[in-house]
Amino acid sequence: MKILVAIKRVIDANVRVRVRSDGAGVEMANVKMAMNPFCEIAVEEAVRLQEAGKAREIVAVSVGAGNCQDILRTALAIGADRAILVETDLETQPLGVAKTLRALAEREKPDLFMLGKQAVDDDNNQTGQMLAALLGWPQGTFASKVEPVDGRVNVMREIDGGLETVSLKLPAVITTDLRLNEPRYVKLPNIMKAKKKRLDIVKPVDLGVDLAPRLKIVKVAEPSKRKAGIKVESAQALVDKLRNEAKVI
Amino acid sequence: MTATFNRRDLDFLLYEFLDLEGLLAQPRYAKHDRAVVDAVLDTAEKIAVEQFQACAAELDANEPVFDGRGVSIIPQVKTALDAYSQAGFPAASFDYEAGGLQLPCVVAQAAGAMFYGANISIAAYPLLTTGVANLLCAYGSPEQKALFLPPLLDGRFFGTMCLSEPQAGSSLADIRTKATPAGAGHYLISGTKMWISGGEHELCENIVHMVLAKIPGGPAGVKGISLFIVPKLRVGPDGAIGGPNNIALAGLNHKMGYRGTVNTLLNFGESGECHGTLVGERHKGLQTMFHMMNEARIAVGMGAASAGCAGYLYALEYAKGRPQGRRMRDKDPASPPVPIIEHADIKRLLLTQKSYVEGALALLLYCARLVDEQKTAGDPARRREIALLLDILTPIAKSWPSEFCLEANKHAIQVLGGYGYARDYPVERLYRDNRLNPIHEGTHGIHGLDLLGRKVRIAEGACFTALCRLIRADIDAAASIESLHEYASDLAAAVGELEVTTRVLIGCGDLERSLANATIYLDMVGHIVIAWMWLKQAHCASRHLASSPDQEPEFYRGKLKACRYFFVYELPRARAQMSLLQKLDDTCLTMAAGQF
Ligand SMILES: Cc1cc2nc3c(=O)[nH]c(=O)nc-3n(C[C@H](O)[C@H](O)[C@H](O)COP(=O)(O)OP(=O)(O)OC[C@H]3O[C@@H](n4cnc5c(N)ncnc54)[C@H](O)[C@@H]3O)c2cc1C
Repeated sequence: MKILVAIKRVIDANVRVRVRSDGAGVEMANVKMAMNPFCEIAVEEAVRLQEAGKAREIVAVSVGAGNCQDILRTALAIGADRAILVETDLETQPLGVAKTLRALAEREKPDLFMLGKQAVDDDNNQTGQMLAALLGWPQGTFASKVEPVDGRVNVMREIDGGLETVSLKLPAVITTDLRLNEPRYVKLPNIMKAKKKRLDIVKPVDLGVDLAPRLKIVKVAEPSKRKAGIKVESAQALVDKLRNEAKVI
Repeated sequence: MTATFNRRDLDFLLYEFLDLEGLLAQPRYAKHDRAVVDAVLDTAEKIAVEQFQACAAELDANEPVFDGRGVSIIPQVKTALDAYSQAGFPAASFDYEAGGLQLPCVVAQAAGAMFYGANISIAAYPLLTTGVANLLCAYGSPEQKALFLPPLLDGRFFGTMCLSEPQAGSSLADIRTKATPAGAGHYLISGTKMWISGGEHELCENIVHMVLAKIPGGPAGVKGISLFIVPKLRVGPDGAIGGPNNIALAGLNHKMGYRGTVNTLLNFGESGECHGTLVGERHKGLQTMFHMMNEARIAVGMGAASAGCAGYLYALEYAKGRPQGRRMRDKDPASPPVPIIEHADIKRLLLTQKSYVEGALALLLYCARLVDEQKTAGDPARRREIALLLDILTPIAKSWPSEFCLEANKHAIQVLGGYGYARDYPVERLYRDNRLNPIHEGTHGIHGLDLLGRKVRIAEGACFTALCRLIRADIDAAASIESLHEYASDLAAAVGELEVTTRVLIGCGDLERSLANATIYLDMVGHIVIAWMWLKQAHCASRHLASSPDQEPEFYRGKLKACRYFFVYELPRARAQMSLLQKLDDTCLTMAAGQF
């Protein structure tokens, strides 16, 4: 089985994000960047499948500026075999990325395309679904367990009511959720080995895709501050407040 | 969680201030490049934040416990150390030949800074282990290396340094632990070692103690001390771990800070034979131990600077978010309060911290880079010069941050006011942790005596001369920039005065009087050295602002401000201390015990 894993470079999840004073976005100057945590889970899962003898080749791919090479190197250090960067200085948006990934899928012909369920910068949760639709492949989103079984893959999904398992015919798209696995720390010797692995850089035009943004950001603002809670005297008072003040029951 | 280190500043120091890429161009480091170094630091950062920092407060509140049989430590410590070892950090800076990754020392120290700032109590275990492995690399016999190096470098064994005894701390000449020859290169070790960090735990498979002991019949004093490798569990010739080597845990010490690092009183050979083998030559144990101290001292200084840095960053964040009081000119009580960072006195407290912490980090990484250059320089004269510089700089790099980054922690508490004094905030813990640094690895006072009594005198003052020459060269370079003229001439004057002061002190025929104020001398030289570090940083920042004024100008202006602060508020202290020192004042020396 050949696996393509798409990864995105975002503000490091440990960084406290600040809204820019002009409201046009968030503060990016001097901010530490890293691989999106859900993408990391996708890479980890692909590597575990390979370690279990269920995957032959793993190709990590990313769409973005030249500095995305650093997260691709990280993916290579975790265990991907090679990497492809589709280099663009344009802002990347779900549909443009999904089209780019489709073009890569047509080129690389993977059996499985794995992505994080969403990127923690914009929290769109769209790219995987769009990619599956564009390719006409089955999709297993919010995966918390992935099991390939002859020609198919069983995906346990996290849904509102609990868990659901779907069986997908390959090739398929999987997006990974938090509980799928706990990504390993990169090992220093593997960082050095990753240096020798192949990393190709292609341009969107080479793939015949147009990444021009179609969405416009109108304004970015801090969420309103949460008000301090209060203690109620009794369960009755709580029910009363939920019913009459919050109007949720 | 607030970051405990400033990656931006680390990048500035590594790539702009120290030209790390120039070092990486050396054949020794051919397999590394900036991308590799960044990835190594990313991994360090991740493990430091997720594994070390996450349990720092809990570990502080739950120190290791001895129930009479074994030591228990909260489980997060082992998890964190396993992550550290599995990622390959123990072997990072060792040669390929020894099974390491041959990363530059300066990179290993930068990574160390992240672990130390996140949780020094956990980081101390690998810090000691690296020291032991370094010793073995340099002085171990082929058999000792084969038995102990691989497990030390992959995290299966941890190391300790056993110098101190209850009656002998600063004065190692008075140790009593005995090593009796037992044939076939073996010695039987007996005696009591006090204060041994990491002396007993279940965090790994075995513990390797490096023990200073005396072989009966040898010369008295320090000339009769030898160094032994003594494992907690015996290790067979094939590397197999055997039974206990009769090292008994007599008890734990309960400390002010560094609480997660178990600190032990150990009895060697009390209940049966305790075997050790000699490392290096007989009776040369102290020299052997201290020879390898450069990197260990840099690491101790780095621990101090990292605690200072963690406190500074916390205080900075706090000061931006704590509304309190109004501007002097604002007379309206209904106006909203300003964040305390708007008050000049809070800015003073923060600038003091910034100038101490970033000055100390610069010095420590500078020394680490010298260690690397010593390994790569082709020219023997250059190597000799670096050895001289490291001889005089490493004790300063240990002592100055230990004293002044502790002071920085004091200021961090002050910025938080009452909250800083409460255990709900990390700054009081950082202070308590940092308080150890002027005590261990040679007390502050002992380093003062060593600097003035030995380092500036040896080889006819060659170390001292080399240092002054180097500082002058950097002054000349910085003086080419107009806005740095004033600092350059201030520092030149201070160095001139330092030469005079040192001559006066060395020239004093009465040794006791000459050394009576050695600790003040140490602090003073440290201040001059840190001023030098700030001049160099300001030089880098000015060049950047001239060539790319639009790129992060505030970061670089902040560097210039901190430089100015250090020259205006701090360097004059060195001048005052020099005038005191030149008087060879004997107030302290002549105060009789009965007069107190
Ligand atoms: C938490 C902790 C961890 C430690 N870990 C280790 C370890 O792992 N291994 C190890 O071997 N040791 C360790 N030590 C011991 C440490 O190195 C000693 O505490 C230190 O060397 C000082 O020795 P001492 O405590 O006996 O103090 P003393 O030597 O009694 O000193 C007391 C004071 O007198 C001063 N003084 C002593 N002699 C002179 C002199 N000749 N002239 C002027 N002033 C002098 C000192 O500067 C000091 O201020 C540790 C200590 C602590 C607290």
